[in-house]
Amino acid sequence: MLLSMKWLKDYVDVSDIDIKEFCNRMTMSGSKVEGYRVEGQELENIVVGEIIKIEKHPDADKLLVCQVDIGAGENKLIQIVTAAKNIFEGAIVPVALHKSKIAGGVSIKKGKLRGVMSEGMFCSVSELNLTLNDFPGAIEDGILIIDKEYNYSLGQDIKTVLGIDDIIIDFEITPNRPDCLSVIGLAREVSAVFKRPIKYYKSNNQDIKNNNIINNIIKVTNQEKELCKRYIAKAVKNIKIKPSPRFIRERLRSSGLRPINNIVDITNYVMLEYGQPIHAFDLDKINNNNIIIRKATQDEKIKLLDGVEKKLNPDVLVIADETRPLAVAGVMGGEDSGINKDTKTVIFEVASFDQESVRQTSKKLGVRTESSSRFEKNTDGEFLTTVVDRICQLIKELEAGEIIEDHVDINNSNNIKQEIKLDFDFINKRLGEELSEQEIKDILANIFIEVKDNKALVPSWRPDLMSLADIVEEIARFYGYDKIKSKKFNLSINSIAMRTDRQKFKNNIMDFMASQGYFEIQTFSFISPKSYDKINLDKDQELRNSINILNPLGEDTSVMRSTALPSMLDVISKNYNNQNQEGNFFEIAKEYYFNNNQDNNNNFAIEKEKLIIGSFGKKYSFYDLKSLIENLFDWVEVLEPEFVAQNNNSVFHPGRCADIYINNKKIGTIGQIHPVVSDNYQVGVNVFVASLDIDEIFNYRVTNKLYTPISKFPSVTRDLSLVCDKDLPVGVIEKLIQETVLDILEEINLVDIYQGEQVEKSKKSVCYSLRLRNSKKTLTDDEIDIIINRVLEKLRTIDVYIRQF
Amino acid sequence: MKLLLQEIHDKAKNEVKDVFELKNLKDLRVKYLGKKGEITQILKNLNTVGSDERPEIGKIANIVRSDLESLIAQKEKELEDKILTERLESERIDVTIKNKRVKPANLHPLTIVTRELEDIFLGMGFEIASGPEIETVYNNFDALNTPLNHPSRDLEDTFYINNNIVLRTQTSSVQIRTMRDKKPPIKVISPGRVYRSDDVDATHSPVFHQLEGLVVDKDISMSDLKWTLETFIKKLYGQDIKIRFRPHYFPFTEPSAEIDISCFVCGGKGCRVCKGEGFIEILGAGLVHPNVLKNCGIDPEIYSGFAFGMGLDRIVMRRFNIDDLRLLYDNDIRFLSQF
Repeated sequence: MLLSMKWLKDYVDVSDIDIKEFCNRMTMSGSKVEGYRVEGQELENIVVGEIIKIEKHPDADKLLVCQVDIGAGENKLIQIVTAAKNIFEGAIVPVALHKSKIAGGVSIKKGKLRGVMSEGMFCSVSELNLTLNDFPGAIEDGILIIDKEYNYSLGQDIKTVLGIDDIIIDFEITPNRPDCLSVIGLAREVSAVFKRPIKYYKSNNQDIKNNNIINNIIKVTNQEKELCKRYIAKAVKNIKIKPSPRFIRERLRSSGLRPINNIVDITNYVMLEYGQPIHAFDLDKINNNNIIIRKATQDEKIKLLDGVEKKLNPDVLVIADETRPLAVAGVMGGEDSGINKDTKTVIFEVASFDQESVRQTSKKLGVRTESSSRFEKNTDGEFLTTVVDRICQLIKELEAGEIIEDHVDINNSNNIKQEIKLDFDFINKRLGEELSEQEIKDILANIFIEVKDNKALVPSWRPDLMSLADIVEEIARFYGYDKIKSKKFNLSINSIAMRTDRQKFKNNIMDFMASQGYFEIQTFSFISPKSYDKINLDKDQELRNSINILNPLGEDTSVMRSTALPSMLDVISKNYNNQNQEGNFFEIAKEYYFNNNQDNNNNFAIEKEKLIIGSFGKKYSFYDLKSLIENLFDWVEVLEPEFVAQNNNSVFHPGRCADIYINNKKIGTIGQIHPVVSDNYQVGVNVFVASLDIDEIFNYRVTNKLYTPISKFPSVTRDLSLVCDKDLPVGVIEKLIQETVLDILEEINLVDIYQGEQVEKSKKSVCYSLRLRNSKKTLTDDEIDIIINRVLEKLRTIDVYIRQF
Repeated sequence: MKLLLQEIHDKAKNEVKDVFELKNLKDLRVKYLGKKGEITQILKNLNTVGSDERPEIGKIANIVRSDLESLIAQKEKELEDKILTERLESERIDVTIKNKRVKPANLHPLTIVTRELEDIFLGMGFEIASGPEIETVYNNFDALNTPLNHPSRDLEDTFYINNNIVLRTQTSSVQIRTMRDKKPPIKVISPGRVYRSDDVDATHSPVFHQLEGLVVDKDISMSDLKWTLETFIKKLYGQDIKIRFRPHYFPFTEPSAEIDISCFVCGGKGCRVCKGEGFIEILGAGLVHPNVLKNCGIDPEIYSGFAFGMGLDRIVMRRFNIDDLRLLYDNDIRFLSQF
């Protein structure tokens, strides 16, 4: 909301307060100043002058040489050379003197034009940063001729004469304060902040008496009493359409509106002043002089004031006559019933429309206007007759027409004054202050809230005040947020705050991953549905059933990911294609699935936190990633994982993928990305990824660690050289050895795998080194032989034999 | 006999002196002091000496023996030291060589800052709560007293899954869940991911992060809120920071406030970054609206509370002088490795 300080002065005089101080205090009271603009700031040294004499330039046909009186007396005229055509002797013009600045900060200096000295320049409208709307009589490419209506003296600063010395303040108005979308609303705030009186206009329309009977001129029928609580129609005849006077044009311009003509300007002016949108109809365009407030019919059309035709529907409230809609209620008027230069009688509409209806209509039609944005935030319905009075007063003042006595007033509103029971103790407790009853009452009085029997009577323009909490805020605002003491507090029950085990677990994982050279990434939670094809996910994979966004920004971000692999692969692809040779990343990423078992909780979706690890680069292998995961599990103290070959996951290389298990529960997957998928992501080196379910791993933490005494007995190392089928995973052998030897197996190490001349073609040789120790006694050779024999016996059952040299 | 001992002694001393190898020294020890060594032989054969001479010869022989023993030990030590010195010298390496190593990476700047903020609040007694990102309209809007016509509910602002389900637009939904599940006193923060229907540009992202806080107990006041936020902000930005509380409007708090801090670029003088104000907004806060408490089954006559919320991405950007929000989600290794 733009506020002209000149306009404000009509209501509250704060002209003695420094503008910075003013802005700061308004901001601190809740009317946040976004910025302010001093008009004419860039204009310097431009004065009013009178052209005394005009002569032709001796050497240039198109140039004129003028003698100008700039108030220094007839003997001290200055000479200006110009090409302007609209000047004449006796014209009063803006003169940019030597060393002056015009619009755009352009400097003007004296100089010779075709050999003749020119001591300055005459200014056009645009050179003063103004528009033709500000000066309806001016010529666009000519010099601004200053009208006699301006009070001036020669040599006076042009900014003062033309009134381009206003300060315009831009306020951020929060949605709960529609009343502040008006000069009077802001004036009330200013009055409260600076404790200065506010002066309202006094109605002077009681004398309007004439023999016209309003009901003979216009009839109003309201078919939608819920959507239009009140409708006032005021008629003015013998309209003389002309430009508005200067103060109206200036103030509209300051507020960001374009002056048009006196009638339209009055509607805008009063709207800005009171926050009440007003519409003006040309009576001659209303069929049978009968206004009907109704819902539009399906596909009914209207051409709006901006010339755009809109198709309507029964959700839209219209102001119509007997044949057609004249206006979309509260949003915009129709083109053909609007004011034009031939309008003779005007009907001013001052009405109260349902805020939600206006909001929906404005949204659906895609038309947002000063009017709709005010109606949709609620307007002050009790003020309507005051607004009508103000219109009449301006009509009179501007001599714009003849006001017809009385008006049509269809009133279905039943405004009940809001009363809030005060509790002074409650107010102080919420503030943490100790204000006296009187202090509180004084603040309320300051914002026009009367207190009667300990009840606050809320004025009609403050629909935001509904409960005592709202009153607490009003007291805080005017007591001063900055004055409220800050005070250390304790909860009524003492407790200590710590991260939960789960939170610590996650942080531990992240710290470990980073320490191992993996960068944490953060990716969007939504992906393209095409990603599932891109990662080569099977067509019937359950994961393809992902949660869709109804109104996504685009297809690329339209589904909540059921797997975070595409996000990781995107990052790898982007980095690879940015000429990075290698990279290691991890993400704690959420994946989202439908919650099919809503008994457990009310959540619509299951959101699982996954640890996604990814690396690309020539030097990496599957085993690097595998040992990283094993180390991670050691670090976060989780049971040892088991890696089981997985040949059927279409995302991965069929020979280089494993599912990861703990205690026979699948907790993740690791592998090299299928070459087809790498191609899809345009990565030319091997890509390895792993996905681990953090909640699942968390469940397998070793939580009850206890000390076991260090064994006093020696350990024995035995090597086993075995031969088996070349396709047998060594993990199977290892697991079997572990299960057979059990707790005396202190360590088992794979020493070597060999395939080649020394062994049969379909076989491989596998060497293990076992370290055995009994914590209670020294193992004898015999005992060890028995154990080893048992192991070999078990191994034979899966066709693994001791190697014969 | 005496003479012979003297001779052996002198010879041995000279030989020990001239030894340069440990091995030779060992031989000498055997030669003189070994089981069949010359001195040992003399001591063994003392019985062949006359009984009157015997004690003296024995004494001399013992002296010679112990002298030789210590000489050899001394020489041995000398030679060992020399060998060790030579070995150490030969093992000298160039310590300035940069070895190949696994360089540690780092956490994402968002995580770094989130943890820092969490730590401050943990220190102030706030627990850390979390909740789902796919939320009900009720928890995200209705329970938070958001008017039905509030623009934040529009399809243009919020991602909908269906009429009743949205991607949460604020972590306040976690506050609702916390208040419903726990009895006061409550003191939690909820950092997390939130979503709004904004196109990606230098200052907007459809995915971003917030950290909100909530306290509910008997007689919680604006004073308590001010202390909490002032303490937090000073811990984060230093004691000299200027803090400004000014009235604002949020549907879920009443009274509501926005909190500004002195501009980190100009320090409060006014510049382009703070639009000449000298302050920049970093937090929204207020006393929990009675309707919100009621919606969560907490009696606003008995309990009151305060809530606050801040955008983490902006704090991260300011902290590391990042000028484009997109960088946070681009995950370019040249960016990630800078933190």
